[in-house]
Amino acid sequence: MERLDKKLGTLSALPILIVLTLSFLAPLIVVAAFSIMPQKVFSLWNIPDFSAYATVVTQGYWKSLAWALGMALASTAVLFVVCWPLAFAMAKVFGRFTLILTIAVVVSLFVSENIRLFGWILTLMKGGLIGGHLKAWFGIDMDGALYNVPVIVFGLVYVYFPFMLFPLAQGISMVPDDARQAAADLGASKWRILWEIDLPLAAPGIVVGSLLSFVLAAGALAESKLLGGQTVIVMADEVETAFTYGQDWPLGSALSMVLIVIIGSMAIFGVSKVDLDAIMGRKR
Amino acid sequence: MSVEPVLRLNGIVKRFGSFTALHGIDLNINDGEFLTIVGPSGSGKTTLIRLLVGMDSPTEGEIWLRDNRIDMVPANARPTCMVFQSLALFPHRSVGENIEFPLKIRGVSPADRRKRAVDLLELLRLPVHYYDKRINQCSGGEKQRVALARALAFDPEILFFDEPLSALDYRLRKTLEKELKDLHNRTGKTFVYITHSLEEAMVMSDRIAIMKDGRLEQIADADGIYARPVSRFVAEFMGEVNLFDVEGTSQGGLHGHGVEVHVNGKVEDVGIGLDKGERGTLMVRPEFVRFLQSTETNDFIVRGILRGEYALGSRMQYKVETADGSQLTVEKLREDRYTGNMDDEVVLGWDVEHTHLIRGE
Repeated sequence: MERLDKKLGTLSALPILIVLTLSFLAPLIVVAAFSIMPQKVFSLWNIPDFSAYATVVTQGYWKSLAWALGMALASTAVLFVVCWPLAFAMAKVFGRFTLILTIAVVVSLFVSENIRLFGWILTLMKGGLIGGHLKAWFGIDMDGALYNVPVIVFGLVYVYFPFMLFPLAQGISMVPDDARQAAADLGASKWRILWEIDLPLAAPGIVVGSLLSFVLAAGALAESKLLGGQTVIVMADEVETAFTYGQDWPLGSALSMVLIVIIGSMAIFGVSKVDLDAIMGRKR
Repeated sequence: MSVEPVLRLNGIVKRFGSFTALHGIDLNINDGEFLTIVGPSGSGKTTLIRLLVGMDSPTEGEIWLRDNRIDMVPANARPTCMVFQSLALFPHRSVGENIEFPLKIRGVSPADRRKRAVDLLELLRLPVHYYDKRINQCSGGEKQRVALARALAFDPEILFFDEPLSALDYRLRKTLEKELKDLHNRTGKTFVYITHSLEEAMVMSDRIAIMKDGRLEQIADADGIYARPVSRFVAEFMGEVNLFDVEGTSQGGLHGHGVEVHVNGKVEDVGIGLDKGERGTLMVRPEFVRFLQSTETNDFIVRGILRGEYALGSRMQYKVETADGSQLTVEKLREDRYTGNMDDEVVLGWDVEHTHLIRGE
């Protein structure tokens, strides 16, 4: 019986396995292979060397990497702080209003990210929605809030909001009410309950939400390009440039590999620390 | 045990919208006693305990803990503590960390915390190496003990229990009931216990308060509840009972309704009597009813036909159908079992000393 289950399990997993191998794993392998080709070649049939990686190290690409990771970290931290109260209310307080809120947030995803970012540009630019009103109503001249690092972080927070909110709400809903009540009964203050009960028990949701928003933000391109006006160059930008203007596929691949390895190991580390089965609702 | 009340409830009313869950509860809880509040579901006992621990506040009335009014004090600022029905152990913490939680909140040093936790493990008869065990590796009974240890670590003035044994199987429940009673004696703390099982209450409590529809129906010791209930509700709540509607006669005796109850004269002498026309309910517990030989007589007599015999372990239970179709329950020890046959015509009798009269409709 158990063997039959195993067989059926393997069989059912086969289609997605094939799709993932072709669409996810294969390109990854190609990128990995290109990253060890001599620079500026367009074929995989060359003697491998690590010159592309040497360029990554010597040409100061660490700055772009630092900006990408730093802004991803900042936006994740801001997202966590902003989303926690809302997620808590969605999981424990709102009741049926949660559904309306969920739909509202999800609907925002139906509009393409770039269009929403352009909306912010129109809002924040000099003489835009905010600047124009300030000028008209109060006569204040505003220089426009675009083209700086904080606005890029704001953009990341805005775009990846749902990716933090929903896992967090899911995580908080796993915190048993009676554990919170018992902690209060045993003398714990609200902050103490947050620290001792809510945060540790919602950890799977926190890790998943943080990983999702961090990984997405670290690879994000549009925010720094559109809102930031390339005030800073992020890693994804460098990758794009290497593949297009630079015509240097091995360099682009090497840059990608660096990002993939860093983010991948963070993701694996994070996921290994939490019980994903718990958040997926699987009974053990 | 001193009899100074540690907790006083004055006219506690709790409303939820238009629904009134508690209709003016007055209750004094004595220092060091084991008080059990019993009631069927919906009687308001859970609402009451939520008010007592501070998870909710009363609509009207006052709660006094010694000389402090506490009904508006939140749970985390009250020197009382509760063992939850679900136990509410912290699943992400070890057994030791669970027990130490209230001490950690108070800022007790790790070494002292550990010492106290180990003491409590010993008090609750849990092996000391359980200190590092995970909560979900503990059995139901062990979790129960951990929850108790955690509550005791808080060192509360009063320890509340919200049906903590209800999820356990029968045998474990019986063991833990006795352990709890034992723990009460050893710690000398005031225990207030909530349950829907009067049997559970009987085993453990110094006093029992029976709740019905948001009111306290009767507060008495186990004996008082069992032998001298104030209402049909209380009488029927505790196991099997035989009840007869009666009415006072002009001589001050009783006249049975439905069941023919023969009264042999001396009722007035022992004070069981109703004024003429006054109604009441006569109660006798099944173990006091006897099968009479043809030559015997008794203070109360009912005739009927034996319809059923059931083995209850140490006792035998009999159902006797009377002429009007109502049923009487009789219980005998195994060695005193009835020797006749099914469908025999039998005469049942009992002493006036074992008879209790509930006045009113």
